[in-house]
Amino acid sequence: MTAQPRIWDIPGGIHPPQNKHQSTARGLEQMPLPARLVLPLLQHIGNRAVPVVQIGERVLKGQLIAEANGPLSCPVHAPTSGIVRAIEPAPYPHASGLAELAIILESDGQDEWTELRPLLDYRDEQPLNLLDRIRAAGISGLGGAGFPTAVKLASRPDHHIDTLIINGTECEPYITADDMTMRHRAPQIVAGIEVLMHILKPDQVLIGIEDNKPEAIAAMREAVGERPMQVVVIPTKYPSGGEKQLIQILTGKEVPSGGLPADIGILCQNVGTALAVHDAVLLGRPLISRITTLTGAALERPTNVEALIGTPIADLLAFAGLRQNRLYRLVMGGPMMGFTLLDSSAPIIKTSNCLLAGTIEELPPPPPALPCIRCGLCAEACPAELLPQQLHWFAIGKDYEQLQRQNLFDCIECGACAYVCPSSIPLVQYFRAGKAEIRGIELQQSRAEHSRQRFEQRQERLEREAEQRELERQARAEKAARAKAAREAQAAQQQTEQSEQATEPKPAEPDLARIQSRKVTTLSAEQKQLKIAAATARMALQRAQKQLAANPDNADLQAQIPTLEQAFTQAQQAFDAQMSDQEKQ
Amino acid sequence: MAAPMSSPHAQGSNRTRTIMLQVLGATAPGIALMTWFFGWGTLINILLASTCAIGFEAAILRLRRRPIGFYLNDGSALVTAWLLALALPPYAPWWLVLVAIGFAITFGKHLYGGLGQNPFNPAMLGYAMVLVSFPMEMTSWPVWRGIEQLQPAFAPTLGLMEGLQRVFMPGSLPADGWATATALDLLKNNSALTMAELQQAQPAFGSMAGRAWEWVALAYLAGGLYLLYKRIYSWHAPVGMLGALAVMSLLFWNGSGSGSNGSPLFHLLGGATILGAFFIATDPVTSATSNRGRLVFGIGIGVLVYVIRVWGNYPDAVAFAVLLMNLCAPTIDYYTTPRTYGHRKAKRGLGKGAE
Ligand code: SF4
Ligand code: SF4
Repeated sequence: MTAQPRIWDIPGGIHPPQNKHQSTARGLEQMPLPARLVLPLLQHIGNRAVPVVQIGERVLKGQLIAEANGPLSCPVHAPTSGIVRAIEPAPYPHASGLAELAIILESDGQDEWTELRPLLDYRDEQPLNLLDRIRAAGISGLGGAGFPTAVKLASRPDHHIDTLIINGTECEPYITADDMTMRHRAPQIVAGIEVLMHILKPDQVLIGIEDNKPEAIAAMREAVGERPMQVVVIPTKYPSGGEKQLIQILTGKEVPSGGLPADIGILCQNVGTALAVHDAVLLGRPLISRITTLTGAALERPTNVEALIGTPIADLLAFAGLRQNRLYRLVMGGPMMGFTLLDSSAPIIKTSNCLLAGTIEELPPPPPALPCIRCGLCAEACPAELLPQQLHWFAIGKDYEQLQRQNLFDCIECGACAYVCPSSIPLVQYFRAGKAEIRGIELQQSRAEHSRQRFEQRQERLEREAEQRELERQARAEKAARAKAAREAQAAQQQTEQSEQATEPKPAEPDLARIQSRKVTTLSAEQKQLKIAAATARMALQRAQKQLAANPDNADLQAQIPTLEQAFTQAQQAFDAQMSDQEKQ
Repeated sequence: MAAPMSSPHAQGSNRTRTIMLQVLGATAPGIALMTWFFGWGTLINILLASTCAIGFEAAILRLRRRPIGFYLNDGSALVTAWLLALALPPYAPWWLVLVAIGFAITFGKHLYGGLGQNPFNPAMLGYAMVLVSFPMEMTSWPVWRGIEQLQPAFAPTLGLMEGLQRVFMPGSLPADGWATATALDLLKNNSALTMAELQQAQPAFGSMAGRAWEWVALAYLAGGLYLLYKRIYSWHAPVGMLGALAVMSLLFWNGSGSGSNGSPLFHLLGGATILGAFFIATDPVTSATSNRGRLVFGIGIGVLVYVIRVWGNYPDAVAFAVLLMNLCAPTIDYYTTPRTYGHRKAKRGLGKGAE
């Protein structure tokens, strides 16, 4: 083990009460087999998985029950053996509280495994095959967002990943799932990291752990031994565990705004994900269980459990001795970034790292918000160095342009600003709403842009067709004229033949010449330009009119219309004048 | 169970009201010393100003149909009142206080939509208004305890009844012998005497700045340091202001002859400098938002205070300097935006759509 490498500080951050000891006293417990499991088809970021089982079918533990739909998706496996009872919308742990399509599995109590295919000598395998295995095992980030792990590992195939970061920070108060995972599964985590190293071939591996987890640090150090990985102990501060923040702490580098860590040669994986990778490759087991913290003062015995994905939250809370009368707010995740759960019949999913059953003293309702006094405490706490007070101001005024200028989209929604705000302003709520509104507007705009393009293409096509017809008409006229000329010539010839020898068939000439000359000079260079100018002006006018129709109170647009109209009329007139001059000549 | 709400579900213990109360508390040493030197005048000012402020605030909230109790409770009107009361001369006639507070609360605050929306520091707006309108009353500073030993013609107003009489029946007591010009005034109008001679001739000069005032300034400094220690505000604005003032007075000191503009210490501890630096320039609502911006904001005040004191028409200038910089705060904000994580550089300047 080498000495502790250099670490960097992040701006801002807060030190909320940690409340971690409550749930670490009982070690890692095994959750008894639930009678019924709810397996949402969307437990990850991306497309919903597609069921591959029938209602009434018996499935085995670890059997694929829903397959990935496209590259950005994750399959779902049966966490235990049993009968598929239904495939229907079911309660789903999400901030929106909306139901989500799920496979309902009734366990048969046998817990009978399907056949597994462990891969012990994975070092002989191509990285791509290992990626396939990880994908097939249904692994999506266990830390929070739930991004499909295989996609993340291959996110920038053209970039070499020089640093693999394993996130064992767990900076949110109350949550101890990663802590417990490291304490009790350190060798497996390290084995999982080795699989990741085989895939990515990084130059260095940094395992970041906050200094409030000495047992986890010791366990991980021991498991790492002489392997080329470094356990880096970092100071406890929220939100050090944010992916961008951890990268900054460990490497001093920043992920470019709007980019991915892979853009700067870094990849971050959670310790839980490393464990899942180990299970998937070395044991051949898909992701069907996870370690989850059950905590909060409304629980008799807060603890950490290894629970099957799909276990109803009510079962878990009962296991931890929920005192219903004390429960005031049930949060999935931690107090800083978690969301309120309204329905405890929802299951835990692959991303559920914590259930916080808080009493009213623990998670009191926020006091009513006062006006912002611009004290700047929020800006001091912001790890992204934003100015939350300005964002708040512009969010109230719905000034989307300024919101984007103030880099609203670099906000990681960590809640540090709202935590320190003395006026109790729900800043994060404003920021989420602002982001959603801007996304909505952008979507609308891109739709409008699409239809505008379609409209213009159609317009162009019509014009082309009209021109084509005109040409055809001219050609026909020419042909007719030629035929006429020929006929006349013939008649003349006959005449002359009849009377005396005629010289040339002259009468046809002027006609033909006129047509020919007209055809050639239909559009001189100058005229072409004028025509283009007129068309451009018309297009600009139409565009503005359309925009105005979509957006009737935009004063700017209203002001533009007359100018554009005038420009168009002028251009058209210039063109027409040229054309008629031409005719006259 | 509780209704859903956005994260975070936990909150720190900091409250706006607490902040306001701590600011009030931090003025205590200054008030104590003022009372010791000048008698009950300061306390009467404060009481009068607070009552007026709460009255005005409640009346306007009622007019604007806002919940009165809820907004009064934030303590901000009280802070405005206290700071204004401290800035006004002790024993200012009651109507002066009333006009200043009324202007501060109505025009300084509610006209713009209430707390958090006002571009100007309400207390300073009220102060500047009465300074311009009633220069006589605003420059009658009472003499301090102990002056009679130096100049028997003067007698400080120390009794409570006497003080009340001065405030509520300004005409009923002799107008002479209780008030005097401040050291800043004297220095401004001086062109003949050297600093040493001035100090000899005028009891208004203490060993560092204005006699008695210098101690009051130090007491405010103590309160300000307490607020800094409590992290009620960051050091940027006060340090910027005091630093700039020190640099300016060092550059243009002009020796201690008759042309002297006063030593840095004289400027730092004289007039309302310290009160301004720690209690006025730090008003978050009307200053710049980022720390860097606050530093610039403070520096601007420091420079302006000096410029107005030395070359302007008013002996003290904290109010005007603060108001002028309030005007600049939005612009400062646009040019001092911090660089956000993941951006190569900050987006500065006015940008599109920022008229
Ligand atoms: S912490 Fe709250 S009150 Fe202070 S500036 Fe930020 S939003 Fe405003
Ligand atoms: S929620 Fe956004 S604005 Fe607030 S502290 Fe976190 S990153 Fe900054």
